[in-house]
Amino acid sequence: MVTNKHDHSHTHGEGSELSEMDLRVRALESLLIEKGYVDPEALDVLIDTYETKIGPRNGAAVVAKAWSDADFKKWLLEDATAAIHSLGFTGRQGEHMIAVENTPDTHNVVVCTLCSCYPWPVLGLPPTWYKSPQYRSRVVIDPRSVLAEFGVMLGDDVAVNVHDSTAETRYLVLPMRPEGSEGWSEEKLATLVSRNSMIGTDVLKPVGKIA
Amino acid sequence: MNSAHDLGGMMGFGPVDTSDQNINFHEEWEARIFALTLAAGATGCWNIDKSRHARESLNPAQYLSSSYYQIWLAGLEKLLLAADLVSSNELADGGRREPPKPVANILKSGDVLNVMMRGSSYERDAVNEPAYKTGDMVLTKNMHPEGHTRIPRYVRNKPGTIERIHGCHVFPDSNAHDNGENPQWLYRVRFSARDIWGEDHPARDSIFVDLWETYLEPR
Repeated sequence: MVTNKHDHSHTHGEGSELSEMDLRVRALESLLIEKGYVDPEALDVLIDTYETKIGPRNGAAVVAKAWSDADFKKWLLEDATAAIHSLGFTGRQGEHMIAVENTPDTHNVVVCTLCSCYPWPVLGLPPTWYKSPQYRSRVVIDPRSVLAEFGVMLGDDVAVNVHDSTAETRYLVLPMRPEGSEGWSEEKLATLVSRNSMIGTDVLKPVGKIA
Repeated sequence: MNSAHDLGGMMGFGPVDTSDQNINFHEEWEARIFALTLAAGATGCWNIDKSRHARESLNPAQYLSSSYYQIWLAGLEKLLLAADLVSSNELADGGRREPPKPVANILKSGDVLNVMMRGSSYERDAVNEPAYKTGDMVLTKNMHPEGHTRIPRYVRNKPGTIERIHGCHVFPDSNAHDNGENPQWLYRVRFSARDIWGEDHPARDSIFVDLWETYLEPR
């Protein structure tokens, strides 16, 4: 957790470089505040919003509802923007949503090769690996090897669809509902949905019947 | 522009570090530059396409040797200088030397949640009929604009199929350069992995890319 005070004192591997970054960013922040362009309290609220209020549990709620409600699932696949916004998950980097469904025959995985576009209202901010050149360069040309690095092994009979989000459209993968979750409530189903399964780098495991 | 941000298909970066599942910030300065970028963007002095272009037009060597939020910092500094909100002397040490320039808006803490939850649609009223319909076969242009563009190099001059029509959207290639929003039809185009990467790739695999009408021609 990052605090809003400039008091962190932990050590890190690339000490001098990171200290330099700290200094540069602090200088920039104080300059922009002094010139009146930014409200310092707004900075704290922005950080808190994306660290604690907006995250993948929103997307998990969308997925759980689609698993539980056939009409909602149809709506989600036809007009994800309206379906997702109806649950209150609106806003920046989620203005134009597309949902793609994983099936036994087709596996979807999402990337932004050009920057790191990501559907903030449903997934929060992207994990480091999503922004890395390793992922961005390779998942379009060699998705099966990249997925294997995440522990997702796909047979030759499964088609891989890679979605490169180059525009303001943002993608949410609807993962396959795990076996053994029949009869579960939406709330309980949502606990099964991993962040990576909604990007396409995870396949949800079957659950024990007693779970 | 053809530069280091356009990573699709590049080789040699090694395996993905899947162990780093962190969704929060690793360092405090990362959180601060994230927030500063959003708050400074709210002044209205530039748009999202300009903002992306500022990051993507960094020297390719600098881009590849910088972390994600280092790129954000460098991009924000460029935007602030270009908009004349700060001077290079001020940036050097953070000391104010020039009076502030009037800006359209200051993001107040009480408005943050509303502003972020509202977002801003990039769809515009259609000015013409879409040239393509779902199922149409298209060829992406062989194009190498020096300015901002959202057609990755790996899908240029390739055959594809229109999968879906998204609507008429702001055209980044114009919007990033003060040439207006110039809204155009945006399509989801499906490409066969083989057409892009060669015959040794699985025939059933596909890549979907969102592309504006200007990037396409019929085939």
